Amino acid sequence: MIYLDNAATTHPKPPGVAAAVAAAMDGFGNCGRGAYQDALSAARVVYETREQAAELFGCSRPDHVVFTANITESLNIALFGLLNPGDHVISTDLEHNSVLRPLYRLQKAGTAVDFVPADSNGQIDYEDFTRLLRPQTRAVVCTHASNVTGDLTDLDKIGSFCRSHGLLFILDTAQTAGVFPIDMERQQIDVVCFTGHKGLMGPQGTGGICLREHVEIRPWKTGGTGVQSFLEDQPMEYPTRLEAGTLNSHGIAGLHAALAFLKETGLETIHRREDAMARRFYEAVRKLPGVRVYGNFTAQERAAVVSLNIADLDAADVSDELGERFQIATRPGAHCAPRMHRALGTERQGIVRFSWSYFNSEEETDLAAEAVRILAAEAR
Amino acid sequence: MREKTEKFVVTFRTTAGAIAMERACHAADVPGRLIPVPRSITAGCGMCWAAPPEARAEVEELIVHERLDVDGLYAILL
Repeated sequence: MIYLDNAATTHPKPPGVAAAVAAAMDGFGNCGRGAYQDALSAARVVYETREQAAELFGCSRPDHVVFTANITESLNIALFGLLNPGDHVISTDLEHNSVLRPLYRLQKAGTAVDFVPADSNGQIDYEDFTRLLRPQTRAVVCTHASNVTGDLTDLDKIGSFCRSHGLLFILDTAQTAGVFPIDMERQQIDVVCFTGHKGLMGPQGTGGICLREHVEIRPWKTGGTGVQSFLEDQPMEYPTRLEAGTLNSHGIAGLHAALAFLKETGLETIHRREDAMARRFYEAVRKLPGVRVYGNFTAQERAAVVSLNIADLDAADVSDELGERFQIATRPGAHCAPRMHRALGTERQGIVRFSWSYFNSEEETDLAAEAVRILAAEAR
Repeated sequence: MREKTEKFVVTFRTTAGAIAMERACHAADVPGRLIPVPRSITAGCGMCWAAPPEARAEVEELIVHERLDVDGLYAILL
């Protein structure tokens, strides 16, 4: 199987990640639930992983790195914990349902929401952020890259807009963490939500939130923390404030190994390799008769995603054919991004998404392009 | 049971705070270790840093320098 669905989850993982999870399962007690060696081993690795994430995202304090099960949980915690009825929030048409559904729920409870529209090629106009600004605007929440097209949003522009209007900037890094540099301080991002199993190349079931100091999120869950047991409320100190219940320290140990691999390899090296393969594929398929590729490939930087359709073929059929006949794994359908598909006009057809990781090869890329060429020729 | 001796004890509001203390002390070669919080300090749970009394000044300096999330400082028999 040629795996080109890395935007859904990276596979395979770097060497050492699975071994770190297995070693943690054999060796760890419960993080923060005792001062004996096995519990301390877990607590130390969890803390070191906070330090790694803080360094990666330019978060000034490791204790402001909160672990969650995935980025959907991170975004839910951030959005429901920061926004109130009467507030106004600006988002974009590029968002995944992990942002959209919490926003729609907030909307029903009285938070006003506006979306910066995407045009028919999925592009946004940054002037629209200013146009949508209201006195009640409290925050901007948006993705760093569309999971449909791979196009990046401009963090410098949005961060500076937020800072100049006193807004919180909440960022979804699902498609970019571990590949593109993200610096909370420099880019003025208040809340970075991340998942561990995509670009960070750790295990599924890991994710988190990095917070700037003085960002006050209401805890959405309360429970055991291993500290302050006689307090009736959830302790308000980070990271404990948002971490009721046993942490996934086994998964976090895997994330620890993955983050060490990222640091050793270098984000720039990873990005260049993925980008070269995605652009190689794009160049091979973009002029094929009947093939339409979505997104902006003139951009200097973009996520390693190439999304396309062949003639009017159902994306699900194309993806199935790629899987069954060519053993190439891709993702068809709406990619949990309904507003983006509406903008692109692909609600009915869907899109076939190819996405690369550092561990793909040029040979795999060429085989995938050849498969598209064959299917496009057969569709004529 | 061991004979009790005087210790300088630091408590924290989070586990992350306790581990940060351990890392700071190890890095600065300041003696001590993490232990369960004794009931003479609080009936909650969690870990605290127990150091020999002569390390108190160094530990307090680290707390300030590293902005550690400390709940309380105690001199007790442990």
